[in-house]
Amino acid sequence: MRRVAFAIMLLLALGLRAFAVEPAERLADPALESRARAISATLRCLVCQNESIDDSGASLAHDIRVLLRERLLAGDTDVQARQAIVDRYGDFVLLDPPVKPATYLLWFGPAGMLLASLVGTVVWLRRRPVATPSVAPLTPQEQVRLEGLLREADC
Amino acid sequence: MRRVLFLAPLLVFMVLAWYFASALRPDRNPQELPSAMIDKMAPAFDLAGLHGEGVARDALKGAPVLINFFASWCVPCRVEHPLLMRLAEQEHVAIYGIDYKDKPEDATKLLAQFGDPYRRVGLDQDGRVGLDFGVYGVPETYVLDGAGKIRKRFVGPLTAAQVDNDLLPLLHSLRRS
Repeated sequence: MRRVAFAIMLLLALGLRAFAVEPAERLADPALESRARAISATLRCLVCQNESIDDSGASLAHDIRVLLRERLLAGDTDVQARQAIVDRYGDFVLLDPPVKPATYLLWFGPAGMLLASLVGTVVWLRRRPVATPSVAPLTPQEQVRLEGLLREADC
Repeated sequence: MRRVLFLAPLLVFMVLAWYFASALRPDRNPQELPSAMIDKMAPAFDLAGLHGEGVARDALKGAPVLINFFASWCVPCRVEHPLLMRLAEQEHVAIYGIDYKDKPEDATKLLAQFGDPYRRVGLDQDGRVGLDFGVYGVPETYVLDGAGKIRKRFVGPLTAAQVDNDLLPLLHSLRRS
């Protein structure tokens, strides 16, 4: 019985993936609505700062979702509609920062550091003096003596 | 060359220490965002007034003004309120209020209780003008020059240091130009 109840609760919980989009916000045209949803998922809610406006229940997120849908209804392309939000709130509103000179360090810094450290390691390995035997080889007499000692240790 | 390389960790440490120390400045607000609207024209708006006359962007042109987004439900707005009163009464700064997502009667009560620093107050009940300005929380204060361009934004309650070090010098220089 408890297992069944648990299973039912689990199913309900899985079905209830929370979206913040309110019914009144949705557009009648499913194609436009799905475009709006796709764009919303890439826009940051500036109140919560780590949620997309598609997920956030903040009232500012609601306002931006409505503005976005208005722009799409007015015939904006996805790029234009998104740009309308960026014009107001800046690049920070994009969850993925755009690639431009100010963000080169962000985008290419990690790969650049890896490359630099690889080059550095190769140079260091190449320059390292080759290990030369610093000890003179054994003379024949020493060799004979060593073998004698080893044989003694074996018994 | 070798010797110089030994200094590299110290250098890295110093850069990191400088960065962390600057992040610990007491007047730093980590949630503050740069405005995308600086040096752009303020978005056009024409709002109904709280008492009588409304507020419109084009009617504000001619002299530098402050636009202060506030609401009666906003606690930090009450923190900055005495500063706004000081600016209006002692410095004679033209402050226009925009009452953001608020009930007019609540705003009236607030201004009756704490004083009214605003020349006029416009009602932005659906937050649309706030959205056009890029407001992401009240209070926010914008400095507009005589041409209606946004010159500066202050996020969160104004502080006395911001007023004395940034706001008043900016207003003086705008008035002179």
